[in-house]
Amino acid sequence: MYGRGLRTLSIATVAVMTLALGLIFFYAPLEAEQGFLQKIFYLHVPLAIVSLCGFVAGGLMAIAHLRTRDPRWDMRSYVAIHMSLIFAVGTLITGSIWARGSWGHWWVWSEPTLVSFLIVFLLYATYQPLRFAIEDPERQARYASVFAIVAGAFVPLNFIAVRLSSEYLHPRVLGSTSNLPAKMALTFLVSVLAVALLYGTLCKYELTAKHTRAQLRALRRQLAGESAGTGRTMRRSASPRLALSADSSAPGSAGV
Amino acid sequence: MRRTVAALLRKELLVELRTLESVPGMSLFALTTFVVFHFALNQNSVSGDEAAGILWVTLLFAAMLGVNRLFVADADQGGFDAFLLAPVDRSAMLLAKALALLAYLLVLELVAVPAFALLLLGPSLGQALPDLLVVLALADLGVAVIGTLVAALAVRTRARDLLGPLLALPLLMPVVIGAARATSPLLGLVHAEHSPARWLLTLGLYDLVFGLIAYAVFDFLLED
Repeated sequence: MYGRGLRTLSIATVAVMTLALGLIFFYAPLEAEQGFLQKIFYLHVPLAIVSLCGFVAGGLMAIAHLRTRDPRWDMRSYVAIHMSLIFAVGTLITGSIWARGSWGHWWVWSEPTLVSFLIVFLLYATYQPLRFAIEDPERQARYASVFAIVAGAFVPLNFIAVRLSSEYLHPRVLGSTSNLPAKMALTFLVSVLAVALLYGTLCKYELTAKHTRAQLRALRRQLAGESAGTGRTMRRSASPRLALSADSSAPGSAGV
Repeated sequence: MRRTVAALLRKELLVELRTLESVPGMSLFALTTFVVFHFALNQNSVSGDEAAGILWVTLLFAAMLGVNRLFVADADQGGFDAFLLAPVDRSAMLLAKALALLAYLLVLELVAVPAFALLLLGPSLGQALPDLLVVLALADLGVAVIGTLVAALAVRTRARDLLGPLLALPLLMPVVIGAARATSPLLGLVHAEHSPARWLLTLGLYDLVFGLIAYAVFDFLLED
């Protein structure tokens, strides 16, 4: 079943998120130069890390989809990329706020990580339109997987290329945990964990919702009788479709 | 494999020679874009970063026209079906199409680069030409590989003319970075000896990696 463990995961996410926020506001020391503004770092950087990992994970799941042809892998890949896109928007917004606060501009081209992130975001923004433009569900899944693999490989390459092109105008003090004070490093790690848990929980919610909807559709079709169900054309959609028969929706038969 | 690629490439070039669908349009587009840049920037001659930028924006957008047309005939007139019926390696299609696109790009540059030197470029091109040719060749390889992959991905969607450039431009961003940075010292008022080696290396590595990725995934685009 898709919904299994959802409650535990949600509670864990809320707990770690609360802990992270507590640490951010009450435990981590104020940074000497930037003061309170620097605290957005505990949100911005974990969001960025998690969404990039999500993009790459979407690519890996797409490889699994092309190898096994199991539509559930396509669904996972779709959900991973979808959720990463939302986190990416969060990253760009928090990054922009940070840039405005510390350098006075909403956007700085001299920060290579932010620029690479924008390019990656622009690429992934075409994922949904691509899916939406293909009507045949099987081809939609296959093409989307090819896109996810290419884009997943592009993520690290792009970061290297953009990093090369910049002149390191701003020292990268906050880029790694190695040169952070212990209190900041701990807060940062808990924040990463919290955001990663949030990502996992939201992905699981979306998967469960999609799976439940497919189950519902299958049951409805069964109730209406096969002839009535197959005659209706499905609405075109960018999200993958799980073709469930009513039997496979019985509890316990479909694993996550 | 080699014979298949040769046959496919011959067909591509023959079709292009007979219909003249891509290359004249791309070249004309490049020339028009130079005129647009002249008026939009209100400058009679450019150099350095600006010149490299104008050259690469123009070449890239002109290449997009070729990318959009690359598979259209195959998708609309049954070329894919015929190819799938043949007992040959499917990667041959990737290679042949990429080589065809490379040939289009070379012809485009044969027109666009001299025109650029004539119309907009301040410093003379003569000294810079050997280095520029290397940069052009490396960047063309990248555009050809990524363009072919993206064209195959976009051609059988409903919004193919839109999706092609939307997918290709972010993927080509590292090529643009490498090519523009390698070109700008060549077109500067003070002529540099060589373009920085690290950009050529970046371009070369990017071409190589994307060549491998395209080879790995291309088969999956040609299954039905």
